[in-house]
Amino acid sequence: MRQDHLISATQLSRADIEAVLDRAAEIDADPAAWGDAHGRAVLGLCFFEPSTRTKMSFDTAIKRLGGTTTDMGSVDSSSVKKGESLADTVRVVEGYADALVLRHPSEGAAKMAAEFVDVPVINAGDGAGQHPSQTLLDLYTIRENVGLDDLSIGIMGDLKYGRTVHSLAEALTNFDVRQHFISPESLRLPRGVRFDLHQSGAQVREHTELEGVLPDLDVLYVTRIQRERFPDENEYEKVAGEYQIDTETLEAAADDLAVMHPLPRVDEIDPAVDGTDHATYFEQAHNGVPVRMALLDYLLSEEVDQ
Amino acid sequence: MSDHELRVSKIRNGTVIDHVSGGHALNVLSILGIDGSEGLGVSVVMNVPSDRLGLKDVVKVEDRELSQSEVDVISLIAPEATINIIRDFEVVQKNRVDRPESVIGLLSCPNRNCITNDGEPVETKFAVVEDGVRCAYCGTIIRDSLAGHIDPE
Repeated sequence: MRQDHLISATQLSRADIEAVLDRAAEIDADPAAWGDAHGRAVLGLCFFEPSTRTKMSFDTAIKRLGGTTTDMGSVDSSSVKKGESLADTVRVVEGYADALVLRHPSEGAAKMAAEFVDVPVINAGDGAGQHPSQTLLDLYTIRENVGLDDLSIGIMGDLKYGRTVHSLAEALTNFDVRQHFISPESLRLPRGVRFDLHQSGAQVREHTELEGVLPDLDVLYVTRIQRERFPDENEYEKVAGEYQIDTETLEAAADDLAVMHPLPRVDEIDPAVDGTDHATYFEQAHNGVPVRMALLDYLLSEEVDQ
Repeated sequence: MSDHELRVSKIRNGTVIDHVSGGHALNVLSILGIDGSEGLGVSVVMNVPSDRLGLKDVVKVEDRELSQSEVDVISLIAPEATINIIRDFEVVQKNRVDRPESVIGLLSCPNRNCITNDGEPVETKFAVVEDGVRCAYCGTIIRDSLAGHIDPE
């Protein structure tokens, strides 16, 4: 993978993705063999928004490569509270770390940060923009379960603000995948993502209901519809209910359908689904560690080579 | 425009931007960052008849020759514009505007949640795409009324 930073899924070629996923599979097969791979590396964690899975799995990943982390902590306890700009914060932290992981509420934050520092920047979520490291673990999970070509995937829920959706949809254009987007009209994919999909010649269809397309799917990727996206509670309750799945919904699905979710879920997947063979979301979350180890290995090795 | 129709006298040295879409002359000046404080002589003619455009505007800037890269950005709101460089009352160079690859520091991003609207030390940057421009930071596409997004600063 010849990248200095990981900012957007649009920068990833098929070869880039396969290189990381292959490395992740090697790590998964024998994690102990990687324990000294980056023995002196320090990963800077700059999370301007709360995070559980992403932050903890990056933390675990660098430690399993033999490295350690330096953590900015919460915004409330950092100099951001005193009005420091993001540009200044990352220029300070790059002096303490070999790579930065950045989560920020504004779209484009990681791209801007990368322009101010020389160490690799990994976008761990920029507002409603992108979340490309999540995409790598999503793709790894899909490849492990159903393969990555000749595939029908349904992506359902909040497609407008869902950054994991934007990155996944754009990365999937590298593969022979039919993408079905299922959402209420008000939460369709944003214009910029549709532009990218159109430019890449992706096979895309948009739906407002899951029912018609469910039997054809190999993967159903569910995302949370957030209450605050709707002007009033009644409208939210009405819409969100149509995009929740339970064991009854899945009776119409193929036996080997993999149900995925970037988590956290609230009520969009009924807990009864957890016990079925469809449930793939916890495996997906666990894959965050080997995939992020592989990603860090590539980015930190690049750094040493320079 | 023939001499007997002239509404503004010829300039000795400078740049004449002709065939600007009617009503966009002030946006052209805004794009060029000319607001009168530079002390340059500036003449503006608006909404005069044009065979090609129906109505057109003309902008004359005295004692300043605009470079191609400066004027190309005008193509986003006035694709038919022509640029005449004047020396000693003669047109010494006549160019059409070309679409630039990107526009830096001129437009503000309409996405309020874009990092360029966050008080950070960064200039806006838009890539010019098929039928509009696209923010290089957040990916927002602007297709209509580009002039409305010109940053007054």
